Amino acid sequence: MSHVTPRAGDVLLLVGTMKGAFILRADAQRRDWDVGGPYFPGSAVYAMAYDGRAGRQRIWAGPNSMHWGGTLRSSDDYGQTWTNPEEANVKFPAATGVALKQIWQIMPGRDGEPDTLYCGVEPAAIFVSRDAGATWRLNDGLWNHPQRPRWEPGGGGLCLHTILLDPVDANRVRVAISTGGMYVTEDGGVSWRPSNHGVRADFLPEKYPEFGQCVHKVVQSKRRPDRMFLQNHWGLYRSDDRGESWSDIANGVPSDFGFGLAIHPNDPESAWIVPLESDQFRCTPEGKLRVYRTRDAGARWEPLSNGLPQDGAYETVLRDGVAVDSLDRTGVYFGTRSGKIFGSSNEGESWAELLDGLPPVISVKTAAV
Amino acid sequence: MSCVVLIPGALRELADNRSQVPLDGRAASIGDALSLLWNECPGVRDRVLTELGDVRPHVNIFVDGENIRYAGGMSAPLREGSEIMIVPAVSGG
Repeated sequence: MSHVTPRAGDVLLLVGTMKGAFILRADAQRRDWDVGGPYFPGSAVYAMAYDGRAGRQRIWAGPNSMHWGGTLRSSDDYGQTWTNPEEANVKFPAATGVALKQIWQIMPGRDGEPDTLYCGVEPAAIFVSRDAGATWRLNDGLWNHPQRPRWEPGGGGLCLHTILLDPVDANRVRVAISTGGMYVTEDGGVSWRPSNHGVRADFLPEKYPEFGQCVHKVVQSKRRPDRMFLQNHWGLYRSDDRGESWSDIANGVPSDFGFGLAIHPNDPESAWIVPLESDQFRCTPEGKLRVYRTRDAGARWEPLSNGLPQDGAYETVLRDGVAVDSLDRTGVYFGTRSGKIFGSSNEGESWAELLDGLPPVISVKTAAV
Repeated sequence: MSCVVLIPGALRELADNRSQVPLDGRAASIGDALSLLWNECPGVRDRVLTELGDVRPHVNIFVDGENIRYAGGMSAPLREGSEIMIVPAVSGG
């Protein structure tokens, strides 16, 4: 098995697939990529994350073996060795009567809380660690929410897949659940309330319910935390009030169905999506692989296809399949269920296929070393 | 009764790299034997069982060649020298 050996200034792509994880490395030019892996061969890796806080260079992964279940594992040497905790570190208390199905998201806490991490799982719940991932505890406030029994599983299961830590208010966290909609806490997780005003649910009799939407991905600007974008199961939205209300911004896109979504790290007006034809045919429309970008917060979306296949490309990009890096001239990356990784080092103006032949790609995350 | 548990390759790291774990004579059922195994190899437990204590759906446990799902589950009796096999199902990969 090969490993990458990053140096300061390099960019990493953490790629989770249905049959293991891979780590890609490039220098700041982002032209040539080394590949490490496969790690956890045979296990589905829905969640990966990089924790560079407090001097760490730690990669987290949540491999899930069909046979042996899932645990959170970490590496401090870019994948050469991984922890393998004896006791499963993320598991439900016996009193809940449920068992962990999948780890969907790993989110390092804010810089001011360097030993805190969050983990979103299926069945939909959030776990928190206050000791740098050594031990984890179920958040009771969300688990005991009276609306939880009415959440329904989406196609991927009843998962809590998105965790947004407010960059200013340390007590405010927003999560997204398929299919439960978004919930927000303003007291550090003690209590949660649904927060889906303006987000529709085409599959329910009530089109704008208090909760129950199938939110696919939500992103928040670190520069302007009031700005969020949302890719829904039918529906593309923007919020200018930290998610309290949402406006439709599906202007000029071939479909407002899709999964993947990323926001520019510095420009709150810019975001990228990969529209899919419909929920009945979850492939790129017309067999053309196009990323759409907005520069004006969704007033217009422009197709980006330079370097992407435009003939017979019936690709699928999943909810964690799009990512951006933090370099000057933002890099944009996405992975497909057909096992391809595409990247752009110029904000989507041109693209290159970085890797082909992987198992189906579930998640792509970036890190600057 | 004494028995031996055969550990699948994927879990040997959690059993001191052993392929077999012999257990002493206190186990009368598969449930007894697995409790002894969990004490000796706690890391194997959470891979074989969910946190509800159920055998994971894609794991099979055989006692002397019979799947315990058809032999009384955790109450399946042991005999002297029983061989317990923990086997990943054909799914996966």
